[in-house]
Amino acid sequence: MPDALLQVEALEAGYGEVQVLWGVSLNAGSGQLTAIVGANGAGKTTMLRAIAGTIAPWRGRVTFQGKDVTRLPTNVKSARGFALVPEGRQLFSAMTVDENLELGAFSKRAARNYSQRLDQAFSVFPRLAERRRQIAGTLSGGEQQMLALARGLMSDPEILIIDEMSLGLAPVLVCQLFMTLKTLKEAGLTILLVEQNVHLALAVSDYAYVLAEGRVFTEGLPAVLAAKPEIRRAYLGM
Amino acid sequence: MTALLELDGVRKWFGGLHAVDDVSFAVERGEILGLIGPNGAGKTTLFNLINGVYTPDAGRIVFDGTDIAGEKPYRIARHGLARAHQIVQPLANMTVLENCMVGACFGRENLPLARAHEAALEAIAIAGLEDRRATLAMHLTIAAKKRLELARALAGRPWLLLLDEVLAGLNPTEVEHMIGIIGRIRARGVTILMIEHLMQAIMSLSDRIVVLDFGEKLAEGLPSEVSRDPLVIEAYLGDPKLAAELQRGS
Repeated sequence: MPDALLQVEALEAGYGEVQVLWGVSLNAGSGQLTAIVGANGAGKTTMLRAIAGTIAPWRGRVTFQGKDVTRLPTNVKSARGFALVPEGRQLFSAMTVDENLELGAFSKRAARNYSQRLDQAFSVFPRLAERRRQIAGTLSGGEQQMLALARGLMSDPEILIIDEMSLGLAPVLVCQLFMTLKTLKEAGLTILLVEQNVHLALAVSDYAYVLAEGRVFTEGLPAVLAAKPEIRRAYLGM
Repeated sequence: MTALLELDGVRKWFGGLHAVDDVSFAVERGEILGLIGPNGAGKTTLFNLINGVYTPDAGRIVFDGTDIAGEKPYRIARHGLARAHQIVQPLANMTVLENCMVGACFGRENLPLARAHEAALEAIAIAGLEDRRATLAMHLTIAAKKRLELARALAGRPWLLLLDEVLAGLNPTEVEHMIGIIGRIRARGVTILMIEHLMQAIMSLSDRIVVLDFGEKLAEGLPSEVSRDPLVIEAYLGDPKLAAELQRGS
């Protein structure tokens, strides 16, 4: 495995009194696509939130480029190169495509070469270039997901953290989006992806973690995992 | 002997969303039936239909020989059907004992206060909360609150107990403890219908499993059967066709 850009050690987190993560460790290799799969309630989204800093980890450590970033606020993480593409897209839906992209480049880091980044986003998602003045809330579901990804890219990320981008989208669009991720990865971007569809996750990732009940149930190379009964056990208990 | 609870063609639509669509199955007396399914499968909606929070758009819900579909929740509780909720909301300013007495007073037997006290103590013992009897519910840990939720339901001396994710959010020791409590409840002859996301637990506790997906019954059978059912595996792991297409495209 190449050097880990992101290292998570024994992470514990939850909401209020309810603990969701019980000591999860994982690595995201530089320039790789790392997938996290697992049934509902396994803790996938909580994991991403605790990594990105939208919730505070209770215990454990997050290391990024060799530095401890566990307690850093999200804006600082963003400035260091974290970008979260949240589940449900969470666009600024009353704003235009352009305005959403502009907000994606809010940090100093991203503002540096804004126009270049904008060109890149449009080359990745030409559809968005045709809809620059359109209000985000009026885009189709697939276009909204493209915009959410493009907004993430506008922050000039070192790592793109994506939560459930295939939810509710037509299969042909899902395929397109996953092809785009592959392209981005080949261009050197590190991606950490949560995906409900196990087959899809294993098809695109370089390494995968299977979460169950707030822990890593099993992990490995996708081809190895796909051949083992552990994944079914993680989802179905037996 | 007829089943304790029978659902026959039960349907609940919210506008275009078919939350529960033509679901039929039976819960036999004395069994633990596990209800599983991916998020949004309709499990909690089904519980809401069974205990009267919602009225079904169609179908029959027969409990102990009586069609209870559309009856009010407090009436259904009187029939001997109790529910432990996923989100616990005890009466915060009352003690554990008082919470359980409320459960007993409004349960199956319509008990006067002295007898409700007895039933409450019994339920508290089963749930292992004896040492918290006098504690205000608001001061309990989440694990104890979950046990109180179960004890409160049990104090009504139900024939059928609906358990909605009573294991969620507990640590491994607490999960073990709760599994023990569920076992003790079942040993007393109470029939249990439970929703649970901790798959290892529900697969080992349940005599039979019903799988819901997109509001419909996808499978029904022994835990060992449903966990090997290709339809069930696909419902949980996702459609394999997309991945195949993706690999062809690259």
